[in-house]
Amino acid sequence: MVVDDEPGIRSGVSRILENFSVSYPFMDEDFEFNVFLAETGEEALDILRRQPLDIVLLDNKLPGIQGIDVLDHINQENIDVVVVMITSYASLDLAVRATRQGAYDFVPKPFTPKELRASIETITKQLFLRRMTEKLNVEGRQVRFQFLSVLSHELKAPLNAVEGYLEMMQEKKFGDSLGKYDEIVDRSLFRIQGMRNLILDMLDFTRIESGKKSRKIEPLHLCEIVQHCIDSFQPLSIQKDVDVYLNCSEKTPLKADRQEMEIVVNNLVSNAIKYNKQGGRVDINLRKDNGHIQLSVEDTGIGMKKEDIDKLFEDFVRIRSEDTKNISGSGLGLSIVKRLLNLYDATIHVESQPGKGSSFAITFPDNQ
Amino acid sequence: MLKNTKKTILIVDDDMDYLFQMKTGVQDMGFDVITADTQREAESIIERTKPDLAILDLMMENQDTGFILCHKIKRKYPDVPIIIASAVTSETGMLFDVTTQEEQEWIKADLFLDKGIRMDQLQREIKKLLKI
Repeated sequence: MVVDDEPGIRSGVSRILENFSVSYPFMDEDFEFNVFLAETGEEALDILRRQPLDIVLLDNKLPGIQGIDVLDHINQENIDVVVVMITSYASLDLAVRATRQGAYDFVPKPFTPKELRASIETITKQLFLRRMTEKLNVEGRQVRFQFLSVLSHELKAPLNAVEGYLEMMQEKKFGDSLGKYDEIVDRSLFRIQGMRNLILDMLDFTRIESGKKSRKIEPLHLCEIVQHCIDSFQPLSIQKDVDVYLNCSEKTPLKADRQEMEIVVNNLVSNAIKYNKQGGRVDINLRKDNGHIQLSVEDTGIGMKKEDIDKLFEDFVRIRSEDTKNISGSGLGLSIVKRLLNLYDATIHVESQPGKGSSFAITFPDNQ
Repeated sequence: MLKNTKKTILIVDDDMDYLFQMKTGVQDMGFDVITADTQREAESIIERTKPDLAILDLMMENQDTGFILCHKIKRKYPDVPIIIASAVTSETGMLFDVTTQEEQEWIKADLFLDKGIRMDQLQREIKKLLKI
Protein backbone atom coordinates (compact mmCIF):
# COMPACT_ATOMS: atom_id res chain seq x y z
CA MET A 1 0.00 0.00 0.00
CA VAL A 2 1.23 3.45 -0.89
CA VAL A 3 0.29 6.18 1.55
CA ASP A 4 1.00 9.57 0.04
CA ASP A 5 -1.04 12.69 -0.55
CA GLU A 6 0.70 13.40 -3.85
CA PRO A 7 -1.24 11.71 -6.69
CA GLY A 8 1.97 11.56 -8.79
CA ILE A 9 3.73 9.35 -6.24
CA ARG A 10 0.72 7.03 -5.90
CA SER A 11 0.35 6.45 -9.61
CA GLY A 12 4.12 6.29 -10.05
CA VAL A 13 4.51 3.50 -7.52
CA SER A 14 1.57 1.61 -9.04
CA ARG A 15 3.21 1.78 -12.43
CA ILE A 16 6.66 0.81 -11.19
CA LEU A 17 5.41 -2.26 -9.33
CA GLU A 18 2.84 -3.31 -11.91
CA ASN A 19 5.05 -5.67 -13.85
CA PHE A 20 7.63 -6.25 -11.15
CA SER A 21 8.25 -9.59 -9.52
CA VAL A 22 10.76 -10.85 -7.01
CA SER A 23 12.27 -14.29 -7.13
CA TYR A 24 14.56 -16.02 -4.70
CA PRO A 25 16.32 -19.36 -5.09
CA PHE A 26 14.54 -20.85 -2.06
CA MET A 27 11.12 -19.57 -2.97
CA ASP A 28 8.77 -21.84 -4.84
CA GLU A 29 7.17 -19.05 -6.76
CA ASP A 30 7.83 -15.45 -7.74
CA PHE A 31 6.24 -12.68 -5.77
CA GLU A 32 4.10 -10.13 -7.55
CA PHE A 33 2.50 -7.08 -6.10
CA ASN A 34 -1.03 -5.74 -5.74
CA VAL A 35 -0.93 -2.05 -5.04
CA PHE A 36 -3.41 -0.34 -2.69
CA LEU A 37 -3.55 3.43 -2.49
CA ALA A 38 -4.30 5.74 0.40
CA GLU A 39 -4.23 9.53 0.50
CA THR A 40 -4.13 10.01 4.23
CA GLY A 41 -2.88 8.19 7.32
CA GLU A 42 -6.44 7.70 8.53
CA GLU A 43 -7.43 6.04 5.29
CA ALA A 44 -4.33 3.83 5.45
CA LEU A 45 -5.18 2.62 8.94
CA ASP A 46 -8.76 1.88 7.85
CA ILE A 47 -7.49 -0.33 5.04
CA LEU A 48 -4.93 -2.03 7.31
CA ARG A 49 -7.59 -2.86 9.89
CA ARG A 50 -9.82 -4.36 7.23
CA GLN A 51 -7.32 -6.59 5.46
CA PRO A 52 -3.84 -7.92 5.97
CA LEU A 53 -1.16 -6.29 3.82
CA ASP A 54 2.52 -7.04 3.52
CA ILE A 55 4.29 -3.76 2.89
CA VAL A 56 3.36 -0.14 3.51
CA LEU A 57 5.20 2.67 1.76
CA LEU A 58 4.52 5.53 4.09
CA ASP A 59 5.07 9.22 3.46
CA ASN A 60 5.67 11.11 6.66
CA LYS A 61 4.21 14.45 5.63
CA LEU A 62 0.48 13.82 5.33
CA PRO A 63 -2.53 16.13 5.52
CA GLY A 64 -4.03 14.64 8.72
CA ILE A 65 -2.06 12.47 11.10
CA GLN A 66 1.61 12.18 10.22
CA GLY A 67 3.36 9.07 8.96
CA ILE A 68 5.09 8.60 12.26
CA ASP A 69 1.67 8.51 13.99
CA VAL A 70 0.49 5.87 11.55
CA LEU A 71 3.55 3.84 12.50
CA ASP A 72 2.65 4.29 16.13
CA HIS A 73 -0.89 2.94 15.54
CA ILE A 74 0.48 -0.01 13.57
CA ASN A 75 2.66 -0.89 16.54
CA GLN A 76 -0.01 -0.40 19.14
CA GLU A 77 -2.56 -2.45 17.26
CA ASN A 78 0.02 -5.14 16.51
CA ILE A 79 -0.58 -5.03 12.78
CA ASP A 80 1.81 -7.40 11.05
CA VAL A 81 3.19 -5.35 8.19
CA VAL A 82 6.57 -4.05 7.09
CA VAL A 83 6.74 -0.27 6.98
CA VAL A 84 9.01 1.69 4.66
CA MET A 85 9.13 5.43 5.19
CA ILE A 86 9.26 7.69 2.16
CA THR A 87 10.70 11.05 3.05
CA SER A 88 11.39 14.05 0.90
CA TYR A 89 13.96 15.58 3.18
CA ALA A 90 15.91 13.16 5.22
CA SER A 91 15.74 14.29 8.79
CA LEU A 92 17.92 12.40 11.17
CA ASP A 93 15.55 12.93 14.04
CA LEU A 94 12.65 11.43 12.11
CA ALA A 95 14.81 8.58 10.94
CA VAL A 96 15.80 7.72 14.49
CA ARG A 97 12.23 7.96 15.77
CA ALA A 98 10.83 5.92 12.92
CA THR A 99 13.48 3.22 13.19
CA ARG A 100 12.89 2.99 16.90
CA GLN A 101 9.22 2.43 16.19
CA GLY A 102 9.98 -0.36 13.80
CA ALA A 103 10.18 1.20 10.34
CA TYR A 104 12.15 -1.26 8.29
CA ASP A 105 13.65 0.98 5.64
CA PHE A 106 13.75 4.46 4.18
CA VAL A 107 13.24 5.48 0.60
CA PRO A 108 14.25 9.04 -0.21
CA LYS A 109 11.86 11.07 -2.28
CA PRO A 110 12.15 11.59 -5.23
CA PHE A 111 13.17 8.02 -6.00
CA THR A 112 13.96 6.30 -9.25
CA PRO A 113 12.00 3.18 -10.29
CA LYS A 114 15.21 1.23 -9.79
CA GLU A 115 15.64 2.42 -6.20
CA LEU A 116 12.08 1.54 -5.32
CA ARG A 117 12.31 -1.90 -6.89
CA ALA A 118 15.56 -2.60 -5.06
CA SER A 119 14.03 -1.64 -1.77
CA ILE A 120 10.89 -3.70 -2.40
CA GLU A 121 13.00 -6.67 -3.39
CA THR A 122 15.02 -6.62 -0.16
CA ILE A 123 11.89 -6.31 1.92
CA THR A 124 10.13 -9.10 0.11
CA LYS A 125 13.01 -11.45 0.75
CA GLN A 126 13.23 -10.41 4.36
CA LEU A 127 9.51 -10.96 4.73
CA PHE A 128 9.71 -14.34 3.11
CA LEU A 129 12.49 -15.41 5.47
CA ARG A 130 10.62 -14.08 8.46
CA ARG A 131 7.44 -15.96 7.58
CA MET A 132 9.45 -19.08 6.86
CA THR A 133 11.10 -18.86 10.27
CA GLU A 134 7.74 -18.36 11.94
CA LYS A 135 6.40 -21.37 10.12
CA LEU A 136 9.39 -23.45 11.16
CA ASN A 137 8.95 -22.30 14.72
CA VAL A 138 5.32 -23.24 14.70
CA GLU A 139 6.21 -26.68 13.48
CA GLY A 140 8.82 -26.98 16.16
CA ARG A 141 11.39 -27.73 13.54
CA GLN A 142 13.60 -24.88 14.55
CA VAL A 143 13.65 -26.16 18.11
CA ARG A 144 14.42 -29.69 17.01
CA PHE A 145 17.13 -28.47 14.71
CA GLN A 146 18.81 -26.55 17.47
CA PHE A 147 18.41 -29.52 19.76
CA LEU A 148 20.11 -31.78 17.26
CA SER A 149 22.97 -29.39 16.70
CA VAL A 150 23.66 -29.12 20.41
CA LEU A 151 23.33 -32.87 20.71
CA SER A 152 25.84 -33.51 17.98
CA HIS A 153 28.19 -31.08 19.68
CA GLU A 154 27.79 -32.92 22.98
CA LEU A 155 28.35 -36.29 21.35
CA LYS A 156 31.28 -35.16 19.29
CA ALA A 157 33.18 -33.54 22.14
CA PRO A 158 33.89 -36.78 24.06
CA LEU A 159 34.72 -38.60 20.83
CA ASN A 160 37.24 -35.91 19.93
CA ALA A 161 38.74 -36.07 23.40
CA VAL A 162 39.16 -39.84 23.41
CA GLU A 163 40.44 -39.84 19.86
CA GLY A 164 43.01 -37.19 20.72
CA TYR A 165 44.26 -39.22 23.68
CA LEU A 166 44.50 -42.39 21.62
CA GLU A 167 46.55 -40.52 19.03
CA MET A 168 48.88 -39.30 21.76
CA MET A 169 49.36 -42.90 22.85
CA GLN A 170 49.90 -44.03 19.29
CA GLU A 171 52.61 -41.42 18.85
CA LYS A 172 54.06 -42.40 22.25
CA LYS A 173 54.02 -38.75 23.20
CA PHE A 174 55.11 -39.40 26.76
CA GLY A 175 57.58 -42.20 26.14
CA ASP A 176 57.40 -45.96 26.25
CA SER A 177 56.34 -46.48 29.83
CA LEU A 178 52.66 -47.35 30.06
CA GLY A 179 52.43 -45.73 33.52
CA LYS A 180 52.94 -42.30 31.94
CA TYR A 181 49.56 -42.67 30.28
CA ASP A 182 47.47 -43.42 33.38
CA GLU A 183 45.86 -40.02 33.52
CA ILE A 184 45.07 -40.03 29.81
CA VAL A 185 43.41 -43.42 30.13
CA ASP A 186 41.42 -42.24 33.16
CA ARG A 187 40.22 -39.18 31.32
CA SER A 188 39.26 -41.26 28.29
CA LEU A 189 37.24 -43.64 30.43
CA PHE A 190 35.59 -40.68 32.13
CA ARG A 191 34.57 -39.17 28.81
CA ILE A 192 33.24 -42.50 27.56
CA GLN A 193 31.18 -42.85 30.73
CA GLY A 194 29.79 -39.38 30.16
CA MET A 195 28.88 -40.28 26.63
CA ARG A 196 27.15 -43.42 27.77
CA ASN A 197 25.07 -41.41 30.23
CA LEU A 198 24.18 -38.98 27.51
CA ILE A 199 23.02 -41.75 25.22
CA LEU A 200 20.91 -43.31 27.97
CA ASP A 201 19.36 -39.94 28.75
CA MET A 202 18.79 -39.39 25.06
CA LEU A 203 16.84 -42.61 24.84
CA ASP A 204 14.58 -41.54 27.72
CA PHE A 205 14.25 -38.17 26.11
CA THR A 206 13.26 -39.31 22.65
CA ARG A 207 10.74 -41.73 24.08
CA ILE A 208 9.06 -38.92 25.94
CA GLU A 209 9.32 -36.61 22.95
CA SER A 210 7.78 -38.99 20.48
CA GLY A 211 5.08 -39.98 22.93
CA LYS A 212 5.58 -43.54 21.77
CA LYS A 213 6.68 -44.85 25.09
CA SER A 214 4.00 -47.18 26.33
CA ARG A 215 2.81 -45.98 29.69
CA LYS A 216 1.25 -48.08 32.36
CA ILE A 217 -0.43 -46.05 35.06
CA GLU A 218 -0.81 -48.02 38.26
CA PRO A 219 -0.78 -47.34 42.00
CA LEU A 220 2.86 -47.10 43.06
CA HIS A 221 4.62 -46.83 46.35
CA LEU A 222 7.08 -44.04 45.74
CA CYS A 223 8.90 -44.97 48.92
CA GLU A 224 9.84 -48.31 47.42
CA ILE A 225 11.08 -46.70 44.24
CA VAL A 226 13.19 -44.21 46.17
CA GLN A 227 14.68 -46.93 48.36
CA HIS A 228 15.54 -48.99 45.31
CA CYS A 229 17.16 -45.96 43.72
CA ILE A 230 19.24 -45.21 46.83
CA ASP A 231 20.47 -48.81 46.77
CA SER A 232 21.45 -48.63 43.14
CA PHE A 233 23.45 -45.44 43.70
CA GLN A 234 25.28 -46.86 46.70
CA PRO A 235 28.58 -47.31 44.87
CA LEU A 236 28.49 -43.60 43.94
CA SER A 237 27.50 -42.45 47.43
CA ILE A 238 30.22 -44.56 49.02
CA GLN A 239 32.78 -43.18 46.60
CA LYS A 240 31.76 -39.60 47.42
CA ASP A 241 31.29 -40.45 51.11
CA VAL A 242 27.75 -39.06 51.03
CA ASP A 243 25.11 -40.35 53.47
CA VAL A 244 21.63 -40.70 52.05
CA TYR A 245 18.64 -40.60 54.43
CA LEU A 246 15.09 -41.48 53.52
CA ASN A 247 12.09 -40.45 55.55
CA CYS A 248 8.79 -41.87 54.33
CA SER A 249 5.88 -40.49 56.29
CA GLU A 250 3.50 -40.93 53.38
CA LYS A 251 2.41 -44.36 52.35
CA THR A 252 -0.50 -43.53 50.02
CA PRO A 253 0.14 -45.02 46.61
CA LEU A 254 0.53 -42.64 43.68
CA LYS A 255 -1.00 -43.44 40.32
CA ALA A 256 1.85 -43.23 37.88
CA ASP A 257 4.03 -45.08 35.40
CA ARG A 258 6.78 -46.95 37.24
CA GLN A 259 9.49 -46.37 34.67
CA GLU A 260 8.76 -42.66 34.50
CA MET A 261 8.88 -42.30 38.26
CA GLU A 262 12.15 -44.19 38.32
CA ILE A 263 13.66 -41.77 35.82
CA VAL A 264 12.51 -38.78 37.89
CA VAL A 265 13.75 -40.18 41.20
CA ASN A 266 17.03 -41.43 39.72
CA ASN A 267 17.83 -38.05 38.26
CA LEU A 268 17.16 -36.13 41.45
CA VAL A 269 18.95 -38.57 43.73
CA SER A 270 21.97 -38.99 41.47
CA ASN A 271 22.27 -35.20 41.14
CA ALA A 272 22.09 -34.80 44.91
CA ILE A 273 24.99 -37.23 45.30
CA LYS A 274 27.01 -36.07 42.29
CA TYR A 275 26.88 -32.40 43.09
CA ASN A 276 27.50 -32.95 46.79
CA LYS A 277 30.61 -32.28 48.78
CA GLN A 278 32.85 -35.07 49.93
CA GLY A 279 31.29 -36.27 53.21
CA GLY A 280 28.00 -34.48 52.62
CA ARG A 281 24.45 -35.75 53.11
CA VAL A 282 21.22 -36.14 51.18
CA ASP A 283 17.79 -36.02 52.82
CA ILE A 284 14.85 -37.44 50.96
CA ASN A 285 11.39 -36.81 52.35
CA LEU A 286 8.13 -38.23 51.18
CA ARG A 287 5.15 -36.59 52.85
CA LYS A 288 1.66 -35.30 52.36
CA ASP A 289 1.34 -31.56 52.18
CA ASN A 290 -2.17 -30.08 52.01
CA GLY A 291 -3.42 -33.37 50.67
CA HIS A 292 -0.75 -33.50 47.94
CA ILE A 293 2.01 -36.06 47.80
CA GLN A 294 5.33 -34.25 48.02
CA LEU A 295 8.79 -35.65 47.37
CA SER A 296 11.76 -33.53 48.31
CA VAL A 297 15.45 -34.18 47.84
CA GLU A 298 17.84 -31.96 49.76
CA ASP A 299 21.59 -31.99 49.53
CA THR A 300 24.52 -30.28 51.20
CA GLY A 301 26.30 -29.80 47.91
CA ILE A 302 27.77 -27.02 45.87
CA GLY A 303 24.45 -25.20 45.33
CA MET A 304 23.71 -22.71 42.57
CA LYS A 305 23.21 -19.04 41.94
CA LYS A 306 19.70 -17.77 41.40
CA GLU A 307 20.22 -17.06 37.71
CA ASP A 308 21.38 -20.64 37.21
CA ILE A 309 18.19 -22.05 38.74
CA ASP A 310 16.12 -20.36 36.05
CA LYS A 311 18.05 -22.13 33.28
CA LEU A 312 18.22 -25.49 35.00
CA PHE A 313 15.37 -27.24 33.24
CA GLU A 314 16.32 -26.30 29.69
CA ASP A 315 17.80 -28.90 27.34
CA PHE A 316 21.54 -29.39 27.61
CA VAL A 317 21.98 -26.75 30.26
CA ARG A 318 24.79 -27.52 32.61
CA ILE A 319 25.92 -25.14 35.25
CA ARG A 320 29.57 -24.68 34.47
CA SER A 321 31.93 -23.75 37.22
CA GLU A 322 35.13 -24.80 38.88
CA ASP A 323 33.03 -27.17 41.03
CA THR A 324 31.20 -28.90 38.20
CA LYS A 325 33.91 -29.31 35.61
CA ASN A 326 34.93 -32.75 36.79
CA ILE A 327 31.38 -34.00 37.14
CA SER A 328 29.98 -35.71 34.10
CA GLY A 329 26.45 -34.91 33.08
CA SER A 330 24.48 -34.77 29.88
CA GLY A 331 22.60 -31.58 30.64
CA LEU A 332 19.43 -33.47 29.86
CA GLY A 333 18.49 -35.04 33.20
CA LEU A 334 16.44 -32.22 34.68
CA SER A 335 14.93 -31.35 31.36
CA ILE A 336 13.67 -34.93 31.21
CA VAL A 337 12.38 -34.69 34.77
CA LYS A 338 10.48 -31.54 33.92
CA ARG A 339 8.90 -33.08 30.83
CA LEU A 340 7.83 -36.16 32.73
CA LEU A 341 6.37 -34.14 35.59
CA ASN A 342 4.39 -32.12 33.07
CA LEU A 343 2.61 -35.33 32.11
CA TYR A 344 1.34 -35.53 35.69
CA ASP A 345 0.65 -31.82 36.14
CA ALA A 346 3.16 -32.06 38.94
CA THR A 347 5.28 -29.07 39.90
CA ILE A 348 8.91 -28.89 40.91
CA HIS A 349 10.30 -26.22 43.16
CA VAL A 350 13.99 -25.51 43.53
CA GLU A 351 15.79 -23.71 46.30
CA SER A 352 19.52 -23.34 46.43
CA GLN A 353 22.36 -21.49 48.03
CA PRO A 354 25.81 -21.51 46.50
CA GLY A 355 28.17 -23.51 48.66
CA LYS A 356 25.38 -24.64 50.98
CA GLY A 357 23.20 -26.99 48.98
CA SER A 358 20.06 -27.37 46.93
CA SER A 359 16.61 -28.75 47.46
CA PHE A 360 14.22 -30.02 44.82
CA ALA A 361 10.60 -30.51 45.86
CA ILE A 362 8.03 -32.19 43.65
CA THR A 363 4.35 -31.78 44.40
CA PHE A 364 1.92 -34.17 42.73
CA PRO A 365 -1.68 -33.14 42.23
CA ASP A 366 -4.29 -35.23 44.00
CA ASN A 367 -4.98 -37.96 41.47
CA GLN A 368 -6.44 -40.61 43.71
CA MET B 1 72.23 -12.28 15.25
CA LEU B 2 68.62 -13.02 14.39
CA LYS B 3 66.31 -12.43 17.28
CA ASN B 4 64.28 -15.58 17.68
CA THR B 5 61.72 -15.06 20.42
CA LYS B 6 59.15 -17.72 21.09
CA LYS B 7 55.64 -16.72 20.11
CA THR B 8 52.90 -17.05 22.71
CA ILE B 9 49.55 -18.56 21.85
CA LEU B 10 46.45 -18.26 23.99
CA ILE B 11 44.08 -21.23 23.80
CA VAL B 12 40.61 -20.94 25.33
CA ASP B 13 38.33 -23.95 25.58
CA ASP B 14 36.07 -25.29 28.31
CA ASP B 15 36.70 -28.92 27.41
CA MET B 16 39.70 -29.72 29.62
CA ASP B 17 40.72 -32.71 27.53
CA TYR B 18 40.64 -30.82 24.27
CA LEU B 19 42.50 -27.96 25.94
CA PHE B 20 45.21 -30.31 27.19
CA GLN B 21 45.60 -31.94 23.79
CA MET B 22 45.74 -28.61 21.97
CA LYS B 23 48.23 -27.29 24.48
CA THR B 24 50.48 -30.32 24.02
CA GLY B 25 50.19 -30.14 20.24
CA VAL B 26 50.85 -26.42 19.96
CA GLN B 27 53.75 -26.62 22.40
CA ASP B 28 55.24 -29.32 20.20
CA MET B 29 55.16 -26.82 17.33
CA GLY B 30 57.55 -24.72 19.37
CA PHE B 31 55.20 -22.11 20.80
CA ASP B 32 54.59 -20.96 24.33
CA VAL B 33 51.03 -21.71 25.33
CA ILE B 34 48.74 -20.03 27.85
CA THR B 35 45.38 -21.67 28.46
CA ALA B 36 42.05 -20.62 29.94
CA ASP B 37 38.90 -22.68 30.35
CA THR B 38 36.41 -19.92 31.09
CA GLN B 39 35.57 -16.62 29.50
CA ARG B 40 36.45 -14.82 32.72
CA GLU B 41 39.84 -16.44 32.97
CA ALA B 42 40.60 -15.59 29.36
CA GLU B 43 39.58 -11.98 29.95
CA SER B 44 41.84 -11.64 32.94
CA ILE B 45 44.74 -13.10 30.95
CA ILE B 46 44.35 -10.61 28.13
CA GLU B 47 44.24 -7.81 30.69
CA ARG B 48 47.78 -8.72 31.69
CA THR B 49 49.30 -10.34 28.61
CA LYS B 50 49.25 -9.79 24.91
CA PRO B 51 49.43 -13.13 23.11
CA ASP B 52 50.76 -13.36 19.58
CA LEU B 53 47.74 -15.38 18.50
CA ALA B 54 44.56 -16.71 20.10
CA ILE B 55 42.60 -19.89 19.44
CA LEU B 56 39.08 -19.72 20.85
CA ASP B 57 36.36 -22.29 21.18
CA LEU B 58 33.04 -21.07 19.89
CA MET B 59 30.59 -22.69 22.29
CA MET B 60 31.57 -22.43 25.89
CA GLU B 61 29.44 -21.19 28.78
CA ASN B 62 27.12 -19.68 26.24
CA GLN B 63 26.70 -20.35 22.56
CA ASP B 64 28.43 -17.09 21.74
CA THR B 65 31.25 -16.95 24.27
CA GLY B 66 33.84 -17.36 21.54
CA PHE B 67 32.45 -14.42 19.62
CA ILE B 68 32.37 -12.17 22.65
CA LEU B 69 35.95 -13.03 23.57
CA CYS B 70 37.04 -12.48 20.00
CA HIS B 71 35.45 -9.06 20.01
CA LYS B 72 37.14 -8.13 23.27
CA ILE B 73 40.57 -9.31 22.19
CA LYS B 74 40.33 -7.49 18.86
CA ARG B 75 39.28 -4.31 20.61
CA LYS B 76 42.29 -4.42 22.90
CA TYR B 77 44.82 -5.85 20.46
CA PRO B 78 43.61 -5.25 16.89
CA ASP B 79 46.75 -6.86 15.48
CA VAL B 80 46.46 -10.24 17.26
CA PRO B 81 45.20 -12.89 14.83
CA ILE B 82 42.31 -14.97 16.11
CA ILE B 83 41.25 -18.48 15.16
CA ILE B 84 37.78 -19.60 16.17
CA ALA B 85 37.64 -23.36 16.48
CA SER B 86 34.30 -25.01 16.56
CA ALA B 87 32.91 -28.49 16.62
CA VAL B 88 29.63 -27.19 15.30
CA THR B 89 30.57 -26.09 11.81
CA SER B 90 30.71 -29.31 9.93
CA GLU B 91 27.55 -31.02 11.03
CA THR B 92 25.38 -27.96 11.38
CA GLY B 93 26.51 -25.66 8.66
CA MET B 94 23.18 -23.95 8.71
CA LEU B 95 23.11 -22.95 12.34
CA PHE B 96 26.61 -21.66 12.09
CA ASP B 97 25.95 -19.79 8.89
CA VAL B 98 22.95 -17.99 10.19
CA THR B 99 24.85 -16.62 13.13
CA THR B 100 28.01 -15.83 11.25
CA GLN B 101 27.06 -14.36 7.91
CA GLU B 102 26.28 -11.05 9.50
CA GLU B 103 28.39 -11.59 12.56
CA GLN B 104 31.50 -12.51 10.68
CA GLU B 105 31.97 -8.90 9.65
CA TRP B 106 31.32 -7.72 13.13
CA ILE B 107 33.53 -10.37 14.65
CA LYS B 108 36.60 -10.12 12.53
CA ALA B 109 38.01 -13.50 13.47
CA ASP B 110 40.84 -14.22 11.10
CA LEU B 111 39.96 -17.85 10.62
CA PHE B 112 37.15 -20.28 11.40
CA LEU B 113 38.34 -23.83 11.85
CA ASP B 114 36.71 -27.13 12.51
CA LYS B 115 37.83 -28.75 15.73
CA GLY B 116 38.64 -31.98 13.96
CA ILE B 117 41.59 -30.30 12.23
CA ARG B 118 44.89 -32.19 12.16
CA MET B 119 47.83 -30.72 14.00
CA ASP B 120 49.95 -30.26 10.87
CA GLN B 121 47.11 -28.36 9.20
CA LEU B 122 46.73 -26.23 12.28
CA GLN B 123 50.45 -25.54 12.33
CA ARG B 124 50.33 -24.36 8.75
CA GLU B 125 47.43 -22.00 9.51
CA ILE B 126 49.13 -20.62 12.61
CA LYS B 127 52.34 -19.96 10.69
CA LYS B 128 50.43 -18.24 7.93
CA LEU B 129 48.67 -15.96 10.41
CA LEU B 130 51.91 -15.21 12.29
CA LYS B 131 53.69 -14.67 8.97
CA ILE B 132 56.52 -16.99 9.92
